[in-house]
Amino acid sequence: MKSATFRIWRGNAEGGEFKDYSTEISEGMVVLDAVLQIQAAEANDLAVRWNCKAGKCGSCSAEVNGNPRLMCMTRMDTVPTDQPITIEPMQTFPSIRDLVTDVSWNFKVKQGIPPFTPRPADAPDGTWRMQQRDVNRVQEFRKCIECFLCQDVCHVLRDHRKHGEFIGPRFLVYAAALEMHPLDVADRVEALAEADGIGYCNITKCCTKVCPEEITITDNALIPLKERVVDRLYDPISKLLRLFR
Amino acid sequence: MTAAKQTMDYQTHEHDVLVIGAGGAGLRAAIEASAADVSVGLVCKSLLGKAHTVMAEGGMAASLGNVDDRDAWSVHFADTMRGGQYMNNARMAELHAKEAPDRVRELEAWGAVFDRTPDGRILQRNFGGHKYPRLAHVGDRTGLEMIRTLQDHGIHQGIDVHMECTVLTLLKDGERVIGAFAYDRERGRFQVFHARAVVLATGGIGKAFRITSNSWEYTGDGHALAYDAGADLIDMEFIQFHPTGMVWPPSVRGILVTEGVRGEGGVLKNKDDHRFMFDDIPDLYKNQTADNEDEGWRYTQGDKEARRPPELLTRDHVARCIVREVREGRGSEHGGVYLDIAWIKERLSNGAEHIKKKLPSMYHQFKQLASIDITAEAMEVGPTTHYVMGGVRVDADTQMSSVPGLFAAGECAAGLHGANRLGGNSLSDLLVFGRRAGEYAATFAKEHDAGAVNTDQVEGVARRALEPFAREGEGPYKVQQELQGTMQDLVGIVRQDDEMRRALDEIAKLRERADRVAVIGNREYNAGWHTALDLPHLMTVSEAVTRAAIERQESRGAHFREDHLGKDEAWAKINLVVRKVGDGSMQVVREPVPALPAELAKIIEENR
Repeated sequence: MKSATFRIWRGNAEGGEFKDYSTEISEGMVVLDAVLQIQAAEANDLAVRWNCKAGKCGSCSAEVNGNPRLMCMTRMDTVPTDQPITIEPMQTFPSIRDLVTDVSWNFKVKQGIPPFTPRPADAPDGTWRMQQRDVNRVQEFRKCIECFLCQDVCHVLRDHRKHGEFIGPRFLVYAAALEMHPLDVADRVEALAEADGIGYCNITKCCTKVCPEEITITDNALIPLKERVVDRLYDPISKLLRLFR
Repeated sequence: MTAAKQTMDYQTHEHDVLVIGAGGAGLRAAIEASAADVSVGLVCKSLLGKAHTVMAEGGMAASLGNVDDRDAWSVHFADTMRGGQYMNNARMAELHAKEAPDRVRELEAWGAVFDRTPDGRILQRNFGGHKYPRLAHVGDRTGLEMIRTLQDHGIHQGIDVHMECTVLTLLKDGERVIGAFAYDRERGRFQVFHARAVVLATGGIGKAFRITSNSWEYTGDGHALAYDAGADLIDMEFIQFHPTGMVWPPSVRGILVTEGVRGEGGVLKNKDDHRFMFDDIPDLYKNQTADNEDEGWRYTQGDKEARRPPELLTRDHVARCIVREVREGRGSEHGGVYLDIAWIKERLSNGAEHIKKKLPSMYHQFKQLASIDITAEAMEVGPTTHYVMGGVRVDADTQMSSVPGLFAAGECAAGLHGANRLGGNSLSDLLVFGRRAGEYAATFAKEHDAGAVNTDQVEGVARRALEPFAREGEGPYKVQQELQGTMQDLVGIVRQDDEMRRALDEIAKLRERADRVAVIGNREYNAGWHTALDLPHLMTVSEAVTRAAIERQESRGAHFREDHLGKDEAWAKINLVVRKVGDGSMQVVREPVPALPAELAKIIEENR
């Protein structure tokens, strides 16, 4: 068995430092296995969030050698072990301790988006009819496991800290899933343009690249939403028509 | 509480109903209680939306009859009872079968997007032990769809959510439960939740075993909290070992491979390429099971005349057949058997695409974690600890435990599943009984005053919780790992008396060590401290499982005794009840299974 060195950030909002830990690497191991091994052996108080260890819950988001990743889905054989492997918390959110960040902002943002509002039922028994081809797109968005890696990598949030003005890719996908839901009748277009700040997104596709669920965030969610905003609010003819309404 | 008496620092929260756990059952309970116009607090160990429900894959069982209109609640009821070897609480099985369709439709009204039938209704798939295609699903990520739908609906219902908060003990005023004492994981501050009614929805106990599909959260908190508060636990000997967990590489051992793989036509084979599930079909299921490969395939493709393939027998049976193959030297390279879905390409021209569409997260999981392409190669699988049928004994209609004011729903409650749970019956269980627990807890809260918090109890628990910081010695992880090894090796899928007695001795020693563990660092998000505080709960549930398993001297459902092979008619009429007695010791009591009303007996007879 070979061993590897992990350079893990230890600290809290007041500050901290990287500490080196060495641990054995066995076949098939993922980064999270190594971190939990270190925690059990020599750093019992190491703070790390995780749950399913199967890429389904989106808890163990961190930056592995600078790349936003789910630690449970990052195989050790994809990471070079001839030099220390750096593991640090997501940079877009405030630190709580070690690898754990304060992601509560995300929960607040979601609360502000108007919830699912269905049209009246199609059938007398209170049910609806939807074709599979009409829900494929929404189902793609609903694969989201809320790991917030897309939020972490988005430069509007990460570098420009526009948390108050821009809801970030995760919640644009959430809004898209509602807007494109065949049953939903609520209207979120004006809010997307104003409070949600969709204009800040300049489609660099960083979010799409890091999505562990491989949701085509930019092409399938953000651009169509931007088009809806433009069609409604900036199209000269409909603007004119609105004046006479 | 008077401030003068208070020496420990803690915050107090007042709610009418406190729900502990925010998986499917907890969220559904909180939504229902909130709809009844009472104030609701929801406490969960992780972030909202990360609970174990998120890992459920296959679907939720409900006799909607969208794919096969012969289905009805009575058939679902009979299937559930047969699967549970008639140890189930029949009233719970009746309510569950009757109400599940409404609960599924309700999820759609709250925004869930299930896969569709050609005529645009909710699609249903085949699953083990279900006579007709019955599982409403979204590919193989149904649990995510369910928890996200409940979460996104729930956050607009005025529920106070306390995330990353772990309950240490329930608070009582006389016989009644009137709240809970907890700490927040983030800062390690103590919290008093004062409530008129409390709903436990904490899930299972899988972390008592080494090989498990369950996450760190599954430490039996609800079971242990209820037991310590004086509530009865029942059926604790029945633990479901899911037949198909990953076995290779070692670090992913135990991660779930959905039964949906077999529902879509996947077959189990040993190293000799033999479909061993045809070798042993239990009498209860002979009429309903295909006797050749072609009929089994036709069933999975919707042929209503065909009977289901033996791979879709109940989980307890399939798991045992796999153990038999491995023990007798016919296992796979890494000690499992082969699960092959790739073979369906022989039958379907678009086979590979079909597999990716129907089982996307399985495709992903094997590709990423094991470097296996399931559209081209067989998977290696073996049993993994998955679910506990046993739990808090509750009233079927109200979900109240034997302690007034304390309710339980979902995996931590018992009764619905008897000796073995059918796949797909868990998600529907969460919704049906989560809703009932929320409704009746709200009613209870309206009819009772708040009661008084016993400050001495709170201070005592807080002091004990902080003791590990003052100690020196071994850390909590080693104790946890040794307990998991003990349960895995001595109280696992194949059991015998002498091994389980050895396990009892081990648990007693481990409990003493757990009481002396030391933690380093401070109270901020300290994983070692959290693990130390989970240990007493794990010890309690491990002891309960072991004592009940020693007591039941027969093999039934998920409980398999090598020294008592076969079912025993006398035991068919007995539920085992575990409770704490006056001197603090654990007692196992035999009680008769509740009588089956004539009309339900008739339904079972008609569906033989």
